[in-house]
Amino acid sequence: MKCRNLGRSSLLGATLLLLSACSDDPWNRPLPPDESGQKVYYSSYTGQPKHLDPVRAYSSDEGAIIDQIYDTPLQYHFLKRPYELEPSVATSMPLVEMLDENLQPLPEGSDAKPAFSRYTITIKSGIKYQPHPAFAKADNGQPLYFFNTVEQGSTYKELKDFEVHGTDVLTSDDFIYTLKRMSDPANKAPLIGLMSGYIVGMTELTEKLKADRKEDQWLDLRQYELEGVQKVDDHTYSILLKGTYPQFKYWLAFRFFAPVPWEADRFYHNPGFKDKNLTLDWNPIGTGPFMMTSNKPKREIILERNPNYREDFYPSEGMPDDVERGYLADAGKRLPFIDKAIFSNESSSTSQWSKFMQGYYDRSGETSANVTTSTFDQAFSMGPDGLELTPAMANKNIKADEELRPSINYLGFNMMDPVVGGYTEEKRKLRHAISIAWDSEELIQIFLNGMGQQAHSPVPPGLFGYRDGKEGMNPYIFNWNEATQAAERKSLEEAKQLLAEAGYPNGRDKDTGKPLILYMDYAASDSGPVPDWYRQQLKKLGIQLEFRTSDYPRFKEKMRQGNTQIFPWGWLADYPDPENFLFLLDSRQGSLKCECDGSNSSNYDNPRFDALYDRMKEIENGPERQALIDEMIAIAQKDSPWIYRYHRGEVYLSNEWTNNTKKHGISMATLKYVNVDPEQRAAQQMAWNKPNLVPLVAGVFGLIALVIPALRAFRRRQRLTIETDS
Amino acid sequence: MDLAIKPVLLGTDLLVYLLIAMIVMFLLSLKKNPQNRDRWRQVFSTRTGMVTFVIILSYISIALLDSLHFRKQMEPVAGQETTEVYYSNTINSVLDVMLGEMGENTERTYSAPLSLKSWVNENVIAEDGSITRAQPALVHAGQHLESPDDKVADIIWQSLVGAAKGLALAAVLIVLHKQMIARGERATGIRSTLPWRSAWITLAIVLGLLGLLIHLGNLYHVLGTDQAGNDTLYDSLKGIRTAVLIGTLTTLIAMPIAIVFGISAGYFKGWVDDVVQYIYTTLSSIPGLLLIAASVLMFQVWIDNNPQFFEVALEKADAKFLALCFILGITSWATLCRLLRAETLKISQLDYVEAAHAFGIGHAQILKRHILPNLSHIIMITFVLDFSGMVLAEAVLSYIGVGIDPTMASWGNMINLARAELAREPMVWWNLSGAFFLMFTLVLSANLFSDLVRDAFDPKTRVEAAKA
Amino acid sequence: MFAYIVRRLLYAIPILIGVNLLTFVLFFIVNTPDNMARAHLGDKYVTQDAIDNWIEEKGYHGPMFINAEAEGIETLTDTVFFRQSIPLFAFDFGQADNGRDISTDIVERMGPSLTLALPTFIIGIWVNICVALMVLMFRGTSLDRFTVISFVTLMSISYMFYIIGGQYLISKEWQLLPVSGFHEDDAWRFLLLPVVIGVIAGLGSGARLYRALFIESSGQDFARTARAKGVTETGVLFRHILPNTMIPILTGIVVVIPMLFMGALVMESFFSIPGLGSFMLDAIQEQDFSKIRAMVYLGAVLYIIGLILTDISYTWADPRVRLS
Repeated sequence: MKCRNLGRSSLLGATLLLLSACSDDPWNRPLPPDESGQKVYYSSYTGQPKHLDPVRAYSSDEGAIIDQIYDTPLQYHFLKRPYELEPSVATSMPLVEMLDENLQPLPEGSDAKPAFSRYTITIKSGIKYQPHPAFAKADNGQPLYFFNTVEQGSTYKELKDFEVHGTDVLTSDDFIYTLKRMSDPANKAPLIGLMSGYIVGMTELTEKLKADRKEDQWLDLRQYELEGVQKVDDHTYSILLKGTYPQFKYWLAFRFFAPVPWEADRFYHNPGFKDKNLTLDWNPIGTGPFMMTSNKPKREIILERNPNYREDFYPSEGMPDDVERGYLADAGKRLPFIDKAIFSNESSSTSQWSKFMQGYYDRSGETSANVTTSTFDQAFSMGPDGLELTPAMANKNIKADEELRPSINYLGFNMMDPVVGGYTEEKRKLRHAISIAWDSEELIQIFLNGMGQQAHSPVPPGLFGYRDGKEGMNPYIFNWNEATQAAERKSLEEAKQLLAEAGYPNGRDKDTGKPLILYMDYAASDSGPVPDWYRQQLKKLGIQLEFRTSDYPRFKEKMRQGNTQIFPWGWLADYPDPENFLFLLDSRQGSLKCECDGSNSSNYDNPRFDALYDRMKEIENGPERQALIDEMIAIAQKDSPWIYRYHRGEVYLSNEWTNNTKKHGISMATLKYVNVDPEQRAAQQMAWNKPNLVPLVAGVFGLIALVIPALRAFRRRQRLTIETDS
Repeated sequence: MDLAIKPVLLGTDLLVYLLIAMIVMFLLSLKKNPQNRDRWRQVFSTRTGMVTFVIILSYISIALLDSLHFRKQMEPVAGQETTEVYYSNTINSVLDVMLGEMGENTERTYSAPLSLKSWVNENVIAEDGSITRAQPALVHAGQHLESPDDKVADIIWQSLVGAAKGLALAAVLIVLHKQMIARGERATGIRSTLPWRSAWITLAIVLGLLGLLIHLGNLYHVLGTDQAGNDTLYDSLKGIRTAVLIGTLTTLIAMPIAIVFGISAGYFKGWVDDVVQYIYTTLSSIPGLLLIAASVLMFQVWIDNNPQFFEVALEKADAKFLALCFILGITSWATLCRLLRAETLKISQLDYVEAAHAFGIGHAQILKRHILPNLSHIIMITFVLDFSGMVLAEAVLSYIGVGIDPTMASWGNMINLARAELAREPMVWWNLSGAFFLMFTLVLSANLFSDLVRDAFDPKTRVEAAKA
Repeated sequence: MFAYIVRRLLYAIPILIGVNLLTFVLFFIVNTPDNMARAHLGDKYVTQDAIDNWIEEKGYHGPMFINAEAEGIETLTDTVFFRQSIPLFAFDFGQADNGRDISTDIVERMGPSLTLALPTFIIGIWVNICVALMVLMFRGTSLDRFTVISFVTLMSISYMFYIIGGQYLISKEWQLLPVSGFHEDDAWRFLLLPVVIGVIAGLGSGARLYRALFIESSGQDFARTARAKGVTETGVLFRHILPNTMIPILTGIVVVIPMLFMGALVMESFFSIPGLGSFMLDAIQEQDFSKIRAMVYLGAVLYIIGLILTDISYTWADPRVRLS
């Protein structure tokens, strides 16, 4: 938009002046341009983060923000696949010792089952927190902003009102403080149940804190003892676990184990701060690459570079094709690359997509690729080698990054249900018949646009224990086609045969002729393409499907009470270990059996499976573990408590000027690697957003064409009035 | 063996029949009340009145046809021992039968109006195993064509055939009606002054269009298909029932409450008045949408917890719909109640009512003889005026997610989906247009008609008219 | 006057209690505190302890309305209803389920809501009156009939259609304005489209109403007298008809003014304007009881204020009316 447009006609000029002061800026820009000359990254989110407290935040919407702010002892290598842990704040991988009942180290190669295991973690020295008023000190060394009454802090409405900022050095105390915060019931840490089973003394601390706390009061957790977590020196601490828990190392890369300084906790417990939304849950304080400078969840969240961030460098090794894809262009450079990241809230994916296409967002989405069925054909077409970008997208040089998050989508049968549950041969056949008819490949093609992979077992690809090809095939549902070297779904005739053997020829009860009606418990609307497609799958066998819909909390309640028959469900991995999937079939995780909110939603109960699980859980990856997993999968395929549907994949899109966009799949702490080219972005935004003035001008003329005759008619009438009205 | 059907009476059907019965009773009562008959004559003496009335009547007839529900029997299976009969779990209506196979001809996903191919590219696995992306041919469009090139000619020809069918029906009806009028004129000796010709022309257009759409709609997807591959024309036509019902039932439900409360407050005054005023002030001070949303969610949960009452999905949707009408009625009765209360207050102070009191006539008689008849115009006007408002409100409620159950066809749901459809590239416009035009026609007719009704019945405007 | 207002305010108390009671009943018929806790605490690894903690902390523990076990006045006061309602009367809305302070959020969001609602409202009324007056000058001509039919047509189009159509054409096709969003620095760019759409969508019914009001007063004696005195038609219009019609117009407007604070629900949600309307929509969709309750309460208070203001404006517009 150049100024010469103004001169065309005075009328048009006036309109334009009204609409936009003459500037070099596209008219439809949703955010004011950044004039600070900083390197800004623009992105968006649709799911508003609800919690930014590191011991509490669990969802990926929250992780997308706070994983950039908090640093964890370990992290995942950005580029390497399969996923690989590496030290982050820690100097090296934790030292793990196996101990007997008396906390004495077990001799090397001992067969005795360890009673305890101890993780000792050493952190890098000299790491500093972001500048923050919580660390501000007066000249006498006393904290400046720790108040005892509401009045003292009444002049401070938001964080910007605090003038003095300080910092502090990260010590092992802060990590210990985090674990104590996790034990504190007031913080509602999602992991408290799981970790209490492992960390020695956590349950006791929880009880003690519960008894000691009086309403909203700040408890100085430093005064409390957490038996299993000990400080060795300023940079070393150890965690004592009951038994062994090899998966524990993955949790050390999770935000729940990020350090929280006691000063932060104290600062946000200043009287009256909670009423001003000044809480740790909304205003993180971390040692990570970024710090939060504005948090208006309904509008935008702004992160800025943490000036005190430790020395951290872009990895120089990656996968073979990472060089070609440009992921290694910045190898060895100091992180982070961008100065500021602005995440705007979008209420609908439609406008999010429009703004990405207009060049106002650097990526199509953060936690979801936001390529829906309605935008898929705009983005992708099917080429000879599979998906490729459409010419329109390719012209814009848009980049595509595929992400396969370790996840499984399944359709659970409630094993307690009298119709579909049970372990008899007939019931197994019924479940196998339904599984054959349920054509998940078609679902992937229609509803996921081919972005997904047919599941054969609970274990998704990319994890240890997953088997590809013929060995990985579910033999009850598929046949191996030697010619194409691919699994082929068994025929519908076979399914019908199985159904007849199960006692329901053509979907009718063999004795009474009553049609077999199955009920799907469903937490969404039972109309629309997906439910229609569900009905069709069972209709192939003559089975009728009815939906029992409910809202989400009640759906969960039904699951807990075992009040379901069939239900679509899924699991997204917390860490890349098969244990995190196979435990979903562990009978002790069944809601009814454990009388808790268990994760075994189909109430599957097989003693052999449980026994194998216990062993598999405790040993390191290797041939023995593989053999155990193979047997477990075989059992799960035979009993078929689930229809193994698919492992979801997504392709994220980024605009040309955005670099290092590889998606990780597990870790969300990847903003520090992202790089953008602001000049290129500005140029493209101008080129892509030329306003179309024709309708505007036409509209103005149209209005004038309407008003002028009216005015003329009015004047005429005005003269007539006197004569006619008398 | 011929298959039996089982009539199904949904909750809303019952109310529709009630509504029809009320309209018939109302028409009969006109005979007794010459004053009201004159007012109605005034409404129908204009061409606008006639035309809009015929249009509204067509909508109501379609809604009525769509309210006659039944379930088909399932075919027995070979080897079945018992003689017990099972019925299909889909509910059909007479309208479905009249529309032929339109409702069952579903495609996989979007297709453009009158198109032979799907709108969306799909991954097609060729025989050699390679995957290409192409627009697959539709399963239910133009199957009778020998080659796709004949499409345009065929569409024109079939349109003519369909329109001719509809016009033939219209001609029969018009001739019958003409004879009826002639007979009436002969009997009374008064020439009818009403603009019947406008009504006939409108009827011919409506029936011709319907004939065309139904005939062509069974061969093509005249308005395309939606995301689930359902015929848009079919969905739009099915939406008529929902719209007509939400427009009428809401007021129908609100009316008894408003009448009882309003009249007793205005007539008995004192503490009755206080209580009624308290109730309606409290109800109307709650933001309407929140009240509706809370109630709808509550009812949804009740349905989910009591699945035993609902055998099939449509019954569930219907119960929800009924609840929605009920809740809308609850939120909208306050206005009418306030009007009635004020008017009753005024009337009950008039001389003749006081005189009736003095003669010792009972409350019931006074209310029936003097008060109620003098309020009928307010009720009448509110009924017609609220109709279009409710039809429009449904779209907004659907957007918020507390509207009609998505299993039931409704224009609100269609418009709601259109937002995402317009964002597609290239955009999908037909779903929006289908719902939009049917909705627009109905609401426009209703608005124009209600203007006439108000002009005829409102004492204020009548005085105006007399002065002019 | 003062006594009247005080009496009206006292009368508001039972209404507010009633409103509160109704909200409670509607919400807790279907939602148990247990469900709320679970919905809030998430999916993975939830323990009963955590749930009980949450319920206790939020004050949803114990009996709902009547505590049979307690003594004396505590039968009524040691209940969820009492605990939750009392702070409302002091406008202390407490924390939302996500831990944010509701009052702070409401104050923060009132700004964007008003910047949208106020211009829509004022410009809308201005345009409606102008158009109605213009049409009035042509009363009885074919232009008059044509405009009246246009009004009916305009009001027969669903509100949603204006929004969907406007957003599609102006923002997406012609790229004249941002698709959605909000920013204080240049708010007009984000508000222009919703305001224009709001004005157009309300034009049909508004202008039609005002036209009817004007016609009513133009037939009255004062207008005839003025005409008889030889005042021009424009003079009659602006000096006699307009001021006299202002009374019904104003009284109709006053009720609405306090409600402007509540924001425009659909409009805000379509254009991602972070106001109270979208706050309410969020509350409904998240089923966050604290937020719903706060909004219902606020709405009721504003409604009652509107009613009182209307009564006051009657006395102002028509000196014959006295409040007693």
